[in-house]
Amino acid sequence: MSAKIKCRPRTRAVSAATALGACALALVSTAGPANAASTNYSKATSVAAFGGMAGLVAAAKSEGTLNVITLPDNWCNYGAIITSFSKEYGIKINSYNPEGSSQQEIDAMVQLKGQSRAPDVLDMSTPFAIKADQMHLLAPYTVQEYMDIPMAERASDNTWYADYGGYVAIGYNSAVVKTPPTSFKSLLKPMYNHMVGINNSPTVAGAAFAAVFAASLANGGSFNNILPGINYFAKLNTEGNFVPVISGPSTVQSGATPIVIWWDYLEKSEIQAQVKTWKVVIPSDGIYASYYDQAVSATAPHPAAARLWEEYLYSTVGENQWLQGFCRPIELPDMVKAGTVDKAAYKQLPPIPPGFRGYPTQTQVTTAENVVAKDWATDVATT
Amino acid sequence: MLLFLGIPAAAVAVGAFEKSSGSGYTMSNVDTATSGVYLRGFENSIKLSLITAIVPAVAGTFIAYAVHTSRGSALRRAIVTASGVFANFGGIPLAFLFIASIGSSTALVNNWTRDIGLSLYPTFDLYTFAGVALVYMYFQLPLMVLVTLPAFEGLRASWHEAAENLGARSWQYWRYVGIPVLLPSLLGSSLLLFGSALSAYATADALTDGTLALTPLQIGTFLNGNVIAGAQNVGKALALGLVVIVAVVMSFYILLQRRATRWLR
Repeated sequence: MSAKIKCRPRTRAVSAATALGACALALVSTAGPANAASTNYSKATSVAAFGGMAGLVAAAKSEGTLNVITLPDNWCNYGAIITSFSKEYGIKINSYNPEGSSQQEIDAMVQLKGQSRAPDVLDMSTPFAIKADQMHLLAPYTVQEYMDIPMAERASDNTWYADYGGYVAIGYNSAVVKTPPTSFKSLLKPMYNHMVGINNSPTVAGAAFAAVFAASLANGGSFNNILPGINYFAKLNTEGNFVPVISGPSTVQSGATPIVIWWDYLEKSEIQAQVKTWKVVIPSDGIYASYYDQAVSATAPHPAAARLWEEYLYSTVGENQWLQGFCRPIELPDMVKAGTVDKAAYKQLPPIPPGFRGYPTQTQVTTAENVVAKDWATDVATT
Repeated sequence: MLLFLGIPAAAVAVGAFEKSSGSGYTMSNVDTATSGVYLRGFENSIKLSLITAIVPAVAGTFIAYAVHTSRGSALRRAIVTASGVFANFGGIPLAFLFIASIGSSTALVNNWTRDIGLSLYPTFDLYTFAGVALVYMYFQLPLMVLVTLPAFEGLRASWHEAAENLGARSWQYWRYVGIPVLLPSLLGSSLLLFGSALSAYATADALTDGTLALTPLQIGTFLNGNVIAGAQNVGKALALGLVVIVAVVMSFYILLQRRATRWLR
């Protein structure tokens, strides 16, 4: 086992190439049939601990069950992913609290620890993945395709790793909105009076927070300064264009929010699926993207099934399934290059305008969150 | 009581003073919770709860009285059934009902009123303090009717007749008999409304996107969010604040109740 631990690319001192080399060697040297009875799968850090994929599949099948949490069916195609994983391996999936939040995932791991219905695998936003890691709730696990996940998008010890993401997008009902909005600035026009919604308070919803960050980039702000984004929404509010309701398919259908700022994939899977005239555009002046993360619980009641789930998600099949749900899987660039991408699904994604500035660091995100918590209700006040 | 009230309250109280790292105690959670936007959250919450307790309490009392004195049983049954339904109608469905009826220029009621030449919109904005207060009335008023009706039942017709026989005028009957009998339950009902408004969450959340600072919504951002990680104890400090507010209101209530029930002792 000790040889395998070195396989994790955790040290910054070692160059990536050396780490990868060591890892490959370790994989070769330990490959072989694993003894199911004597192996503690909750400590398995890669497929090698199972003696390869066949061993992992066998171990997972004998567990027979997988507990997932906070995975809505129409979010990134999770409904289909759950069904096909279940069918492929004959493993029953219990999907708990599908509409829950990242915080509730952490709570579930803590409160249900040791119980058979505790979550096995997590899908959470990065601040919560980091927090869960600090609380020692996550098990390090390195999927076979980890080389396709950029170093900046995963924990140094692979306790969490980016899975899929998307861009902040402006969606609009083309049956109501005759002149399509193209940018954050365009949304300030009087013709969009009482039209623009976001999906929740930016202190609660990751997408709304991202919308404020994107608006900041569009208005002279930066990853170090989210304030212009808050001021933008304050202006949108005083101009009378902002409709501060929890926006979604129902507020679109009722006519309350003919324009919604949200993740591009949710614009597609949640609203466009119900409103056929819904169009999605990524704003030209504020291009902001973010990824969610996968993780395996350190106290997973089904440790092998949990690890098989991760291998499945990061396989070409799993990645393409996310893509079919309009989400951009982390391996997308490599899959496009290799030609393994589902081309029809890829074509359905809204085009990204030039000017993408990359991703903020975690420190920048945390700072921005505190500013939003302090200033959102004060600056965008409704009285 | 201990299991479902005592232990959770104690956990909140202790958590409010714990460092978020989990070891040691600090005042910083409470300091944060009582300053800036969180202080304003308390102000707004208290203001909203007072308004949406007092107005429906007064109106609900008159409605309950009207129902009590009505001759036919049809009105009574209709009001009691409707109150039972509407008092339990809340959360996002309620918010959406208002959004769809008066929330936008194309909303249902606004379409009607425009046709008859009235323009409710955009004069009245649903997504404001006043809008949220109006929506709260929708469940507060029926709740008041529901909980005060039994008190009116307790008011026997023979007392009124006896007072009249002794030469009392209507106002004298109410001053010396009716209101003293009703007051304890009316006060209790108003307190219930205050608590119900103070703790309401989903309705206001759906109508404001956090632009109206309200304490329950702010607690939600810490305990239930996808954005701010690791500040749950500030949420607990806010919850402790709500406990303190309810405790203060309860003390007032007990004092008033003692005065109101003096005639019983």
